[in-house]
Amino acid sequence: MADVITYREAVAEGIAREMRRDTAVVCLGEDIGEAGGVFKTTAGLFKEFGPERVWDTPISEQAIVGAAMGAAMTGMRPVAEIMFSDFLACCWDYLANEIPKVRYMTGGQVTVPLVVRTANGGGLGFGAQHSQATENWALTVPGLKIAAPSTPADVVGMMAAAIRSDDPVVFFEHKGLLATKGAPPPPGHVVELGRAAVVREGADVTLVALASMVPVALKAAALLAVDGIDVEVVDLRCLVPLDMATVLASLGRTSRLVVVEENPYQGGWGATVVSVVADEGFGLLDAPVRRVAGECVPLPFADALEEQVIPTVDKVVAAVRSLAAY
Amino acid sequence: MEAAELLTLYEQMALIRRTEKAAHDLFLQGLVKGTTHLAAGHEAIAVGASAALRDDDYVFATYRGHHHALARGATPEECLAELMSRATGLCRAKGGSMHLTKADANMLGSYAIVGAHLPMAVGAAWSARLRGTGQLAVAFFGDGATNIGAFHEALNLAAVWKLPVLFICENNLYMEYTPIASVTAVPRPAADRAPAYGIPGEVVDGNDVVAVREVVARLARRARAGDGPAVLEAETYRHFGHSRTDPATYRPAEEVERWLRHDPLDIARGRLTEAGVPQETVDAADARAQETVRQAVEAAKGAPPPDPGEAFTDVWADGGAAWRT
Ligand SMILES: Cc1ncc(C[n+]2csc(CCOP(=O)(O)OP(=O)(O)O)c2C)c(N)n1
Repeated sequence: MADVITYREAVAEGIAREMRRDTAVVCLGEDIGEAGGVFKTTAGLFKEFGPERVWDTPISEQAIVGAAMGAAMTGMRPVAEIMFSDFLACCWDYLANEIPKVRYMTGGQVTVPLVVRTANGGGLGFGAQHSQATENWALTVPGLKIAAPSTPADVVGMMAAAIRSDDPVVFFEHKGLLATKGAPPPPGHVVELGRAAVVREGADVTLVALASMVPVALKAAALLAVDGIDVEVVDLRCLVPLDMATVLASLGRTSRLVVVEENPYQGGWGATVVSVVADEGFGLLDAPVRRVAGECVPLPFADALEEQVIPTVDKVVAAVRSLAAY
Repeated sequence: MEAAELLTLYEQMALIRRTEKAAHDLFLQGLVKGTTHLAAGHEAIAVGASAALRDDDYVFATYRGHHHALARGATPEECLAELMSRATGLCRAKGGSMHLTKADANMLGSYAIVGAHLPMAVGAAWSARLRGTGQLAVAFFGDGATNIGAFHEALNLAAVWKLPVLFICENNLYMEYTPIASVTAVPRPAADRAPAYGIPGEVVDGNDVVAVREVVARLARRARAGDGPAVLEAETYRHFGHSRTDPATYRPAEEVERWLRHDPLDIARGRLTEAGVPQETVDAADARAQETVRQAVEAAKGAPPPDPGEAFTDVWADGGAAWRT
């Protein structure tokens, strides 16, 4: 393998590794076959595994996810693609009512080991119906696991964990990260779901981020270091299971918290993180917490407008500065 | 059909009818909470179809699914205990009337969101094909479900992938309180639409267990042979209202009368008589069903409530509910 791999390539690589080791893994979705996916995140799969493992579907989001559910209940490990995460709304019944509840309401009789992959978030100028960060939608539903990797190696490792999981996983691939590059994952690389990573150590302020906000947080940390503010960055990687142990441990070192999330402030996952901190880690804090989050408006088209409403390096730097001075 | 087999099917229908009556009575006694959607009147569809299926075929049903759970092997005791919120219930009192599921018999659930399970049945059929098992998947649904998007997506996907799945519509003329005809542009809401997806759409008297069994057996053979899905519209009628609180006063008296005279149990009895089965034999089958249900009611009444800790099990495959580490 090359010495760097893109996030986009990592998606296909992660799926391919699992398809090679387990014939129960099958893929379905729009344009995922010969075309390799609209984001080319399934490139090569059709060629390697053929039409009996990689299935092109009609534009039928309910049928895609509903059929994945039926297949998962009967011995397969389907990986369903919903092209843009905004379209999860078209099959929301399956994510909100069917997939996460069937095990519970059957008293444990039925297991649904599936992955719903989807391209999430802004940054590519696709406008309000193709740019939302929707991980907070899924967060409101007990019974779904939620993965949102930020690096190519994590994409592969978390894809392995998601596909092997006996629980349903919604796997958010961030559109803004698809072209980013990173170290290729070693063979057999698995990143357990629910394990956050401290991606930069620091003593003054903890920045908690997810997916595309991780590089934003890292850039902000680098700028702040010039001013002598030592920032620790935690990549949550997953929202369910949520690794609060790592967040609380980091706070134990820094005593200051800023959460950076792309989704709107209202109902965002950062609210859950800071409420757990308020409940269980209040004594660790030497300053108020800050959330740098998306604004409660639909995502505008122009870059200059989008910048106004989603977190930027500047906004994160300002939030950290205000806390460091507190 | 052999007289002996017909008698077995009759007894299964009698068992379902008695169980539904018991569910109704237990509700009136305040022992069944929430709601129930009784299937009295629909027995021939569940029993006739089941008789035509293999034991390992998959079945998906709606919230009106007591008859399908029973026809696929759930006992009246398990079902009534579930309705009465007992620990011994089919779903350990976590499902209730609308979610009866018997997974070890491949009866993979009852779904309370109208139409949601049709794509699941497509997925189960797809999985059967991928695994090469020769299994079939069957989705039972109401006429109302035919106007839901998932119905159309499921039919198209099943057709284009040529999957072994049967879509069996129980057309009881009403979606809740609204006559289906008043909100649907074609007279046969399921069968008429099937050809638009390249799928055969057939109609059967859903109150005639023999007719149902025959047509399902034929469509199942076809699907197993690789010729793809089929839609079957079974015409029937519900004896009770839509759900427990509905006296069904919106139904014209003469319509109700006509359908009650076309009762699936009576029709089967008629056929048994024709086949020379003595009246006493049929009465004995009835009596057995009645006694089974009587004992089931007693057993369910005597069963304990669920352990409160059960509220926190079975969210995840590890048995627990932890959302954080
Ligand atoms: C998506 C959805 N919309 C509305 C309802 C409320 N509802 C429950 S049953 C029902 C009528 C369904 O009628 P039909 O499909 O004919 O089934 P039947 O009750 O006759 O078995 C409705 C509207 C629901 N459960 N799900």
